[in-house]
Amino acid sequence: MKKQNNLKTLLVTLVTIAVFAVLSVGAEAVAGNVDGMSMLVPVLKKTAVYSLIAVSMNLLNGFTGLFSLGHAGFMLVGAYTYAILSIPVAKRAGVYQYYDGGVVQFSIPETFGNLMGESVGTVIGMLLTLVISGLIAAFLAWLIGLPVLRLKSDYLAIATLGFAEIIRTFIQYEGFAPLTNGSNTLRQYASFKSLYAYVIVAGLCIAVIVLIVNSTYGRAFKAIRDDEIAAEAMGINLAKHKMMSFIISSFFAGFGGGLMAMYMASVQAKSFTVSMTYEILLIVVIGGIGSITGSIIGTFLFVGCSEWWLRFLDESANNIGGLKLLAPGFRMVVFSIFVMIIVLFFRRGIMGTHELPDVFRFLRKKIKGKGAAK
Amino acid sequence: MSESVKNVLRVENATMQFGGVVAVDNLSLEVNQGEIVSLIGPNGAGKTTAFNVITGVYQPTNGCVWFDEKKIIENYPRGKMKKLYQGQNAGKYTETLSPSPDKITQLGMARTFQNIRLWKGQSVLDNVRIAMHCRRTSNLLTATFRLNAKEEEAQTKEALELLELLGLAHVKDELSTSLPYGQQRHLEIARALATHPKLLLLDEPAAGMNPQETDELTAFIGRIRQQFHLTVFLIEHHMDLVMDISDRIYVLDFGKLIAAGTPDVIQNDQKVIDAYLGVSEDA
Ligand SMILES: Nc1ncnc2c1ncn2[C@@H]1O[C@H](COP(=O)(O)OP(=O)(O)OP(=O)(O)O)[C@@H](O)[C@H]1O
Ligand SMILES: [Mg+2]
Repeated sequence: MKKQNNLKTLLVTLVTIAVFAVLSVGAEAVAGNVDGMSMLVPVLKKTAVYSLIAVSMNLLNGFTGLFSLGHAGFMLVGAYTYAILSIPVAKRAGVYQYYDGGVVQFSIPETFGNLMGESVGTVIGMLLTLVISGLIAAFLAWLIGLPVLRLKSDYLAIATLGFAEIIRTFIQYEGFAPLTNGSNTLRQYASFKSLYAYVIVAGLCIAVIVLIVNSTYGRAFKAIRDDEIAAEAMGINLAKHKMMSFIISSFFAGFGGGLMAMYMASVQAKSFTVSMTYEILLIVVIGGIGSITGSIIGTFLFVGCSEWWLRFLDESANNIGGLKLLAPGFRMVVFSIFVMIIVLFFRRGIMGTHELPDVFRFLRKKIKGKGAAK
Repeated sequence: MSESVKNVLRVENATMQFGGVVAVDNLSLEVNQGEIVSLIGPNGAGKTTAFNVITGVYQPTNGCVWFDEKKIIENYPRGKMKKLYQGQNAGKYTETLSPSPDKITQLGMARTFQNIRLWKGQSVLDNVRIAMHCRRTSNLLTATFRLNAKEEEAQTKEALELLELLGLAHVKDELSTSLPYGQQRHLEIARALATHPKLLLLDEPAAGMNPQETDELTAFIGRIRQQFHLTVFLIEHHMDLVMDISDRIYVLDFGKLIAAGTPDVIQNDQKVIDAYLGVSEDA
C-alpha cells in the first residue's frame, strides 16, 4: 500500500513538472505573438530560478528554524563555479582579457559536447557543472558549519552574513583574479536558452527538497525548529541534523546560483550583496515560512511586481500634469506598500505553513460539508 | 539487596550548582530493573534539576551517573566552579563524561517534561513518529528517495498502536497543541515510549489532571511497565498516585535527600511530614 502511495507521489510530481514545462513552451509562444507580453518569459525564467533559491532558504530558515543570512554567499560561489567551469576555451582570452585568459583552460560543457555530441553532451556537461557548483557551496557550508551552527538565532544570522561578505571580498581579490577574473564580469558561458529547461531543472530540484522535507529527516528538522530541547531529548542529534540541513540548503543555493548565472548571462561578485539575501528572505516571508508552495507563489509575485507589472510606474512618460511623481524607482515605493499590506493581513505569509494541496483539500472538505448540511 | 536485583540507574553524589545556588546537593539514589520509583519533594526542591542531570541536559557540577551498569556521566568542579563549589565530595571524581541528551536517549532512557514540550506545528501522529527517528536505519539518500518505505510503514503502524494504547488514536491527525491538557501529557508518554526506552522518566505526569484521570494514569503506568518491561522513575505531587504506585520513594528538600524507602516508611517519616506532607495537606 505504502509503495503504491510513493509511486503515486512520484507520478504526481513528474506530471506536475511536465505540465509546467508544457505551459512554459506555451508561454514562449504567447510572449512572441501577443503584445505587452514580452516580459513574460524573462519573468518566468527568473521565477523558476528564484523559486529554487527561495525554497532552499526555506529549508534552513523555515523548516529547520536556523536563521541564516548567508544565502547570497553560497549563490555567489555557485554562480562563479558555474561560470568559471563553462566558458568555452576559445572565449576565455576575451573574458579574462586582463589575465591572459585565466588559469582554467577547459570548459566542462564544451568537453562533453565534443565527447557526446554537440546537443546532448553540452546539456549533460551543463547539468554536471551545476551539480559541481552545488557541491562546492555545500563543501563551504560544511567548513563554516562546525563553528557557526553552534550559535543561536541572531548570532547565527550575523555570522553567516559576515561569511557571505567575506566570500564576496575574496572573490574580488586581485590575487585570485586569474581564476575569478577579479572584479570584472564573467560572461559568454554556456546557458540554457529555453524557459522549459529552467522550469524542468529547478522543478526537479524543488521536488527533491519536497521529498527531503517529507522524509523522516525532514520531520526531524521540523522537530528541531519546533522545540530543540524536546528534539534532543527524543534522540535527535542536533549538531548532525543542523549541519545536514545547512549543507543541503547550501547545495541548492549553489546550484540555484549556477542557474542564476545562466539566466543573467553575466555575473559579477559585487551584485551578490546582503540585499540579495534580504530579497530572498522577503520572498520566503511573503510566501510563508515553512511552506514550499508559498515560496514559489511568493517568488512569482515578487519577480512579477519588481520586473514587470509595476514597471509602468517608473516611466516618466506617464507623469501627470508635470508632477515628477512617477520617477524611476517609484515602483519600489508601491511595491513596499504591497509588502506591508501582505505582512499586516497575512501575518504568517500568504500560505503560513500550509501547502497548496492542503488548501485544496480543505476547500473541498468545506464545500462537501456545506452540501451535506443543505 | 538480593543478587538478582539489577541496577538500571544509579546516581552517585550528584551535585548541581548554578552559580551560588545548589539545586541538587550530593544526591545518591538507585532505581532497579522493573521498579517504579518516585522522587518527591516541595516546589523548588530540585527534582526536575535531578532529571535534567540524569538525562544530560545539565552537566552536574560533581558526581556521576550510571545507566545499565555503565558509567555515562561524570564531572568534578573545574575552572570557575573550583572556587565557587559548595557541595561535598570535592576531589572524589576526576573524570569528565558528558554525553549530549540524544546519546543518552539512544542508550535507552526517555523522559517527559513537566512544562509540556510537544512539537507544536506537528500532528499527533508525527509527534510520535519523530521520536522514532533515532531508531532509523535509513540514511538521507534512502529516506529521500523512499527506499525506506518498509521502515516508514512499520514505524507508522507502531505509532498508531502507541496512540491506540494511550487513547489518542481518534485525534491522530490533529495538531498536538490543539489537544486538551491531559491528552497532551498522554502524548508526551507515547512519544517517550516511541524511543523504546528501558527506563522511563516522568516529570509530573499527572499535573493538571482531575482525580479520575489521575487514577486512570496510575493504572496505565502499571500496565505499560508490564507490557514494555519498563523501569519507571517519576516525579509527582499527587500523593495518592505516588503512594499507590511506587515500590520505593526518594524525598528531596532543598536539593538534599531527606528520606528514602517504601511508601509506608515515607508516610510515617517525621522529616518528610514536616517538609512536605504537612504542606500538601493545606494545599
Ligand atoms: N538553569 C537554572 N539556573 C539557575 N537556577 C536553576 C536552574 N534550574 C533550576 N534552578 C533552581 O534550582 C532549584 C530547583 O528547581 P527545580 O525546577 O529542579 O525544582 P522542582 O523540584 O522540579 O520544583 P517543582 O516541583 O516546582 O517542579 C530552584 O531554586 C530553581 O530556581
Ligand atoms: Mg519540577
